[in-house]
Amino acid sequence: MIDRRPNDHRMEHLIGNLLRFGVIIAACIVAIGGAFYIVRRAGTVPHYGSFQGEPEFLEHVGQVLKAAASLRSEAVIQVGLLVLIAVPIFRVAVSIVAFLLKRDWLYSLVTVIVLAVLLFALLGGMV
Amino acid sequence: MKSVVLLPQNHNPDMTTLELSAILAAASICAGFLGSLTGLGGGVVIIPLLTLGLGIDIRYAIGASLVSVIATSSGAAAAYVREGFSNIRIGMFLEIATTLGALAGAAIALRVAPSIIAVIFGCVLLYSAYQTFRAPPADNENVPADGLATRLGMNGSFPTPGGLRSYNVRSVPAGFGLMALAGVLSGLLGIGSGALKVIAMDRVMKIPFKVSTTTSNFMIGVTAAASAGVYLNRGYIDPGLAMPIMLGVLAGSVLGARFLAAAQTRSLRIIFAITIVALGAQMIFKGFGGRL
Repeated sequence: MIDRRPNDHRMEHLIGNLLRFGVIIAACIVAIGGAFYIVRRAGTVPHYGSFQGEPEFLEHVGQVLKAAASLRSEAVIQVGLLVLIAVPIFRVAVSIVAFLLKRDWLYSLVTVIVLAVLLFALLGGMV
Repeated sequence: MKSVVLLPQNHNPDMTTLELSAILAAASICAGFLGSLTGLGGGVVIIPLLTLGLGIDIRYAIGASLVSVIATSSGAAAAYVREGFSNIRIGMFLEIATTLGALAGAAIALRVAPSIIAVIFGCVLLYSAYQTFRAPPADNENVPADGLATRLGMNGSFPTPGGLRSYNVRSVPAGFGLMALAGVLSGLLGIGSGALKVIAMDRVMKIPFKVSTTTSNFMIGVTAAASAGVYLNRGYIDPGLAMPIMLGVLAGSVLGARFLAAAQTRSLRIIFAITIVALGAQMIFKGFGGRL
């Protein structure tokens, strides 16, 4: 068997840095949305003691993006959180490409399954 | 029931958004810092803190914790990758188990009473504390090759001071099963389940400890992303609550990683374990009392 490790390693290095970059972007979006949220809500009293669930516009990917486009601060934070959730999903997607390039069909399939589960969860499959 | 730990007895229901955000951010920095120093992750501390300390509904707490788990796992990936220990094939294969488990766990969480979740959480905390005191991990050297693991191309190598060391992997089905359980707990409780993942790889599959821990870190983010997707769609992730927690835990864990090299982790782990026992016991009592 050929030793593919050095090549793997460079790829992994690149992916690792991309992940960190993604987390930084997500944190920045959350912080910006959060700053506006705090300024607007500073004196109000939140009620987290009893569970009500979030309003519709903070629940689904499409609605969150729409609400963020009209600059609702909660939705901007939620976009940052979506970016964050997308980071590991992106990592899995990149791995599919890496396995395909190596003609590793078994692991390409394994990775596609993982990606499918993740997208099913995020895009609101009925669970 | 009286609080036994250093937490405020009950959260002031009139606390404003500004006050609550400041307290949450400070607490999350501590949780992230301790979680990263002890290797147990921020989730196990942040959820008891929110529920017992601040009277926040456990479902909101789980959503916020999951988000911070993703942040710390993905943020740390770059550092781990540089060292060249993680095994992407093992990780990806076991991800099938953890993500499906996470979906199941999240689905269960949506259907059972919060008090039951609190009791299970308490048990997991007690087990994590017990795990802290167990013997150091085995070295897993000279493990004989296993047919299934070899067919799946899981055996690998990692750098040591004396050059590359190759290793073999065993017991794939048992490891896969434990990973599914780790996924269920992650989805149900909003934690990374890192400890259980490492046990599955290190003790059951006989993977070298360094490879286990770094591969586990990679898997934690993917598992938590599966759960977070479900929670988001069900309205369990509140932006106002998740914001200070995610930023705080992330900042705390970055600080923790900086201090890790210098810190006396042995005594720290013991203090941390005792705290976790106290929190776990309280979660169980309050859960049984239906007070969470």
